[in-house]
Amino acid sequence: MNYEAVIGLEVHVQLKTASKIFTRVAAGYGEPENTLTDPVVLALPGALPVMNKVALDLVIKAGLMLECAIAPVCKWDRKNYFYPDSPKNYQITQYDQPLCLGGAVEIELPGPARNVMGEHKKIPLTRIHLEEDVGKLTHGVHDSLVDFNRAGTPLMEIVSEPALHSADEAFAFLTALRLALVQGGISDCDMEKGQLRCDANISIRPAGQTQLGTKVELKNLNSISFVRDGIAHEIRRQHAVVTAGGTIVQETRQYEGEAGTSAALRSKEMAHDYRYFPDPDLMPVKVDEAWLATIRATVPERMFDRQRRYLEEFQLPYTLTSVLVPQLALGAFFEEAAALGGKPQAVANWIANDLQRELAVAGVELAGSKVQPRHIAGLVALVESGVISSNMAKEVFVEMFATGEMPEAIVARQGLAQSTDTGELEQWVSEAIAGNAKAAAEFKAGNEKALNAIKGAVMKASQGKANPQQVDQIARRQLA
Amino acid sequence: MRLNSDLNLDYVANLARLALSGEEKAQFAGQLADILGYVEKLKQVDVTGVEPMAHASPVYNVWEADVVRPGLPVEVALGNAPVQRHNLIVVPKVVE
Amino acid sequence: MAADLIFQSATRLAARLGQGEISSVELLSACLARIKAVDGRVKAFNSYAEEGALALAQASDQRRAAGQARGPLDGLPVGLKDIIAVAGQPLTCSSKMLADFVSPYDATVSEKLKAAGAIPFGRLNLDEFAMGSSTENSAFGPTSNPWDLTRVPGGSSGGSAAAVAAGELPLTLGSDTGGSVRQPAALCGIVGLKPTYGLVSRYGLAAFASSLDQIGTLTHTVEDAALLLRAIAGHDPRDSTSFQAEVPDYGAELARRKGPWRLGVPKEFFGAGLDPEIRAAVRQAIEYYRQLGCEIKEVSLPLAAEYAVAVYYLIATAEASSNLARYDGIRYGHRSTAAKDAIDIYARSRAEGFGPEVKRRIILGTHVLSSGYYDAYYLRAQKVRTLIRNEFTAVLRDCAALLSPTSPVPAFKLGEKSADPLAMYLTDIYTISVNLAGLPGLSLPCGFTAGGLPIGLQLIGRPFDEAGLLAIARHYEQAHDWHTRHPEL
Ligand SMILES: [Mg+2]
Ligand SMILES: [Zn+2]
Repeated sequence: MNYEAVIGLEVHVQLKTASKIFTRVAAGYGEPENTLTDPVVLALPGALPVMNKVALDLVIKAGLMLECAIAPVCKWDRKNYFYPDSPKNYQITQYDQPLCLGGAVEIELPGPARNVMGEHKKIPLTRIHLEEDVGKLTHGVHDSLVDFNRAGTPLMEIVSEPALHSADEAFAFLTALRLALVQGGISDCDMEKGQLRCDANISIRPAGQTQLGTKVELKNLNSISFVRDGIAHEIRRQHAVVTAGGTIVQETRQYEGEAGTSAALRSKEMAHDYRYFPDPDLMPVKVDEAWLATIRATVPERMFDRQRRYLEEFQLPYTLTSVLVPQLALGAFFEEAAALGGKPQAVANWIANDLQRELAVAGVELAGSKVQPRHIAGLVALVESGVISSNMAKEVFVEMFATGEMPEAIVARQGLAQSTDTGELEQWVSEAIAGNAKAAAEFKAGNEKALNAIKGAVMKASQGKANPQQVDQIARRQLA
Repeated sequence: MRLNSDLNLDYVANLARLALSGEEKAQFAGQLADILGYVEKLKQVDVTGVEPMAHASPVYNVWEADVVRPGLPVEVALGNAPVQRHNLIVVPKVVE
Repeated sequence: MAADLIFQSATRLAARLGQGEISSVELLSACLARIKAVDGRVKAFNSYAEEGALALAQASDQRRAAGQARGPLDGLPVGLKDIIAVAGQPLTCSSKMLADFVSPYDATVSEKLKAAGAIPFGRLNLDEFAMGSSTENSAFGPTSNPWDLTRVPGGSSGGSAAAVAAGELPLTLGSDTGGSVRQPAALCGIVGLKPTYGLVSRYGLAAFASSLDQIGTLTHTVEDAALLLRAIAGHDPRDSTSFQAEVPDYGAELARRKGPWRLGVPKEFFGAGLDPEIRAAVRQAIEYYRQLGCEIKEVSLPLAAEYAVAVYYLIATAEASSNLARYDGIRYGHRSTAAKDAIDIYARSRAEGFGPEVKRRIILGTHVLSSGYYDAYYLRAQKVRTLIRNEFTAVLRDCAALLSPTSPVPAFKLGEKSADPLAMYLTDIYTISVNLAGLPGLSLPCGFTAGGLPIGLQLIGRPFDEAGLLAIARHYEQAHDWHTRHPEL
């Protein structure tokens, strides 16, 4: 019997705010231990929380980007449990009234080949809510150590429906989600820094069965490849258990990425009874149209909408879109250049290949590039109007990348323009025929190829400035 | 039903992280039963359609701009810490 | 010298400081002398720091000499309940849990007092974490009632009330969650004001029940309450529940507001369980207002009278069970040395750090929030709270204030009720509903029992109409001399 895997993801994302979610001490990563605290972070007697407006803005923005319904009213609840990394021993979160409901993440699965677009799917979301992060526990040999710098960092929890069916889908989901959040300026999503953390609920069921199997929660998927490997591993593990006639126990397992193994976590003491109740220290949040409008104005085009536009509107090949689409700035650069005229294909080529390459070699960010969209547009125009050959264009590109000089200026200064002065051309051709009598004779005798020797000589004499088409015509006439 | 009879002291004491002595349990059991018996009277009140009151006054959107204020120097932050090492709070080993 | 400085109203002392008749150092020294003379018996103070306070007094005198006094409170010592944070001072909440805790920051009220030139002086005793009505639930021992040292001062702000009543300090702050300022004021024969929820910032007040807690004033006179309230009231961006309200000059308002007023008398607040002497004294006070030309209107608050205590002990304990979770001996506070692992350390540290009443309320609050009980207890209590608030809103629509006893009984004997928590809870029956409704409440002296114990009259006002409430109280006070009587110590 073959089995189908069912996967739901819970993704925690740290928001890109300057201060913490319920107090204004700085939020940050990599600071000296316990230097990002204040009475609120440490839960000193008498400290009180105050909301960070930008944290709310960012979650609403994420919700709009991910097609969620934004709740008109949401509130704050206390989730009560004791743990050394939780200063208040309750977490301020949103229990039954999250800020965002529903929504979806569009994913792209790997295609049959690198240059062929894979299948697209929309993975539905259950909810997105806002809460606070906890401190960091380091486990020593004899004791554990707590650093509260991370405590109180705004944390957005994105919960997917159990609608993913393979490790590849989960990987594609996280990739798309992460790109969206980075493009929206909502989070840097650096998993190394714990800015994006992922837990997976995984179960398998006989293909065709509708009701879900016993789920296992897989934790510690702290790199995007661990997510894929860990889920694949867990699906194999469950498959092995079931096919060996065993049954899956509901448990939380920790994935050990390096070893590629997982082990059950010793479940924390008792059945969880979090005693959620509305936080009396915080007022509820009301989201009106005016507020939504200001956020909507900042929402970028969804990545795959842009991809569709590039494929259809600009007729770009998939390989080019897959370079331009994931990078918002590069896409904008392309659209600006294309708007200045010139075949979008050619424009995209220069940007996706030459420009990207030169930037990489020079170790320069796109923002710092001397080559601007108008340079690319100018270069493409020069080639299309036949002023320079595509080979010369390559040289011109290198020059303008280095100097930022406009291509027209470079061509003029270095006299690279192709010659179309017929007098000059007639001269070069007749000299070439004279200097290649043998080839001329063979051509007259019907050997087409022989003409190349004469054309080559003309090009040599003209240092490549002669226009090949004109040279061809003139040579044939003179030899006729 | 009389809910107070359901008070499971051991379960609740564990949730509340309170190690109660034998005498305390014996004493609390009776006193809490009295109190829970007393609050049973709330069942007489018709609360259909009544909004729960979570705040004394219903105000919305009380927040601050995302502007950083200085926090506590680490030595002050840990000034009351029972046990610390290298500017970190030390706790007994946490087994996960 | 010192003798004519104790039992003086803060308003009078402020005037004499202003006229240069006395100095802040003289005043503080007189308080210190009085404290040393009587506090061994009253035990209002958990601690106090003499040097720091004297330095502030000198600084105040210098400001005044330079013509830079910061206002009427400049140079006046103000005692704080040991649950309000003052930077560099102990903050014990009268709990073993925080016996060694020193606050690294100022409560907003402490900041405001300092800004006004006042001297935050002394840490005053309370029921542990403000949970109690007698100040007997203190890890450092009970405070005594200055009128009868064998009796309780009331609570939970018993130290703050006793310190004023005993002439140790002219002004103190307390906190009132279910009557903890008004009831001790009544039992100690002074004026206690619990402002409207949201008028005074809670930032720096260690939380008991967040939706009910409010810092209040304990003073000799109504004028003094107006003086102190003006200094601490006002919106605070660090407290999301603090209200965007203008703070009037309450002192000036006292003179402006003449009445007569329509005053309500909730009939249910005079039922069984009310001490006859208190009933008589309060009835007489009501008579005074009638003769003053006020229309006295009998009103009814059936739900408040019948259900307030039950609602209160569900909501307050639920919030407390969560608010007090932070006391775990990890970042600060008492840490058990017996603890073996990270789970154990909580249960043991908290078992050793908290006293029985605190444990009892944490257990109750945890239970009523626990799975399967939330709707039946906490949610239902919140709905009944709405009904009680609506009841008050209705009667206050055409009454400027309500008159009632503050406490059903006068100061009781130390230990008399400690064995029976429920009986203790019921002593707050007239004050609790005011916190549930978030209204301002004031207790002022309105007589004495035959045994010489003070009796308190409670006035309940409209939201944020402290000015009106104080003016109504002032009228009574000016026509009576109860507030001029002081205990022999
Ligand atoms: Mg903790
Ligand atoms: Zn979460």
